[in-house]
Amino acid sequence: MTETPGQTVGPFFHHALAYPGDSELVPFGSAGSVVLHGYVHDGAGDPVPDAMIEIRQADASGVVPAVGGSLRRGGAAFTGWGRSCTDAAGHYWFSTVEPGLPFFAVTVFARGLLDRLFTRIYLPDAPGAMEGLIATREADGRLRFDIHLQGPSETVFLTFPRT
Amino acid sequence: MVDGIRCASLAFDPVTTSQHEISDEIAKIQADSPKGAPLLDFPPYRSTLLRHPTKELRLVDPEGAELLAPVFGHSDVAPVEADLTIQRGGEPIGERIRVHGRVLDGDGRPVRRQLVEIWQANAAGRYSHQGDQHPAPLDPHFTGVGRCLTDDDGWYSFTSIKPGPYPWRNHHNAWRPAHIHFSLFGTDFTQRLITQMYFPGDQLLALDPIAQSITDPAALSRLIATYDHEHSEHEWLLGYRWDIVLTGSHATYLEPSDD
Repeated sequence: MTETPGQTVGPFFHHALAYPGDSELVPFGSAGSVVLHGYVHDGAGDPVPDAMIEIRQADASGVVPAVGGSLRRGGAAFTGWGRSCTDAAGHYWFSTVEPGLPFFAVTVFARGLLDRLFTRIYLPDAPGAMEGLIATREADGRLRFDIHLQGPSETVFLTFPRT
Repeated sequence: MVDGIRCASLAFDPVTTSQHEISDEIAKIQADSPKGAPLLDFPPYRSTLLRHPTKELRLVDPEGAELLAPVFGHSDVAPVEADLTIQRGGEPIGERIRVHGRVLDGDGRPVRRQLVEIWQANAAGRYSHQGDQHPAPLDPHFTGVGRCLTDDDGWYSFTSIKPGPYPWRNHHNAWRPAHIHFSLFGTDFTQRLITQMYFPGDQLLALDPIAQSITDPAALSRLIATYDHEHSEHEWLLGYRWDIVLTGSHATYLEPSDD
């Protein structure tokens, strides 16, 4: 069957798609947690304040969880999925655990971006990491990965074979 | 409306660029080979200029977390969230509608028990969002936000009111056709889709650079719901049908044994 085309998320998604705890796969500051964060930039290097980043990941043991509860955080289960809308500075962040597999799977949406983009964020020193898609470990332990929609530092975006 | 604000710095003036000029730009691009997916580099939608990647997407085989979409369940979504007409202690103003359809994967299999999120403007064309400064009235009884889970056959259904068209600042006298935003998940992470559903017979569709970024008319038609009289209800609401097809799943499909 022929797939339904995408369209931009537009400017007015926050009241629909953001929700309490959306970017906290585990509570911020909890034991064993790590912050994954960064800035989204446009082709002029300016921040993109109306982007939305989603991540999907394995738990610390390498298992990709298939359990509900992402929209009503508070259950004990780690769901392995989260969503972060950028702020006025183009900043996104997640509180999560380091996955037991080499990368976070990432989806990028924004006003002015007509279809979603996929990328990966590899852990530092991950085996087989794709060049340019490796997070930096900051002095305070946070993982940093900036996303450039365009420009000299344009992020490598991915597509997958159609089956 | 924030779209178009950056255009002044890019030699496009949203105040003086006419619909005629935008439509000419669209026609020139569409004269090339039509594409079923939206063009990311689509200058008639001015906000794409600095926000489209210029390099080819890199083809990779999905692995790890990419093979499995997030899972949502009844603890995530209450049934009442599928009715946008009863959320604020009173009836929103507007033409009451029901939008229903199926979410399928590229092989026609239903996407079962998966999250569907929607958001839309009110009947006057105003979003309940602080960034929307269009001087049309807010409706105290309407948030324009809904969620549901598909059923075991992939069906979703929302009760709402028909959204109004609204102006935006892409160019002079620019109007978005009435639409409902849809956010969808499949069984694989790679099937993620956010799109917009349009209404049949809307004269603004042909003028709209966001819709026309899908340069193949047959593909664009897949974003337009059909009026569904079988699902209109006597003296109550009008029915619309809209099916969504995601990309194929990479996972080996296991036929459910008991349903």
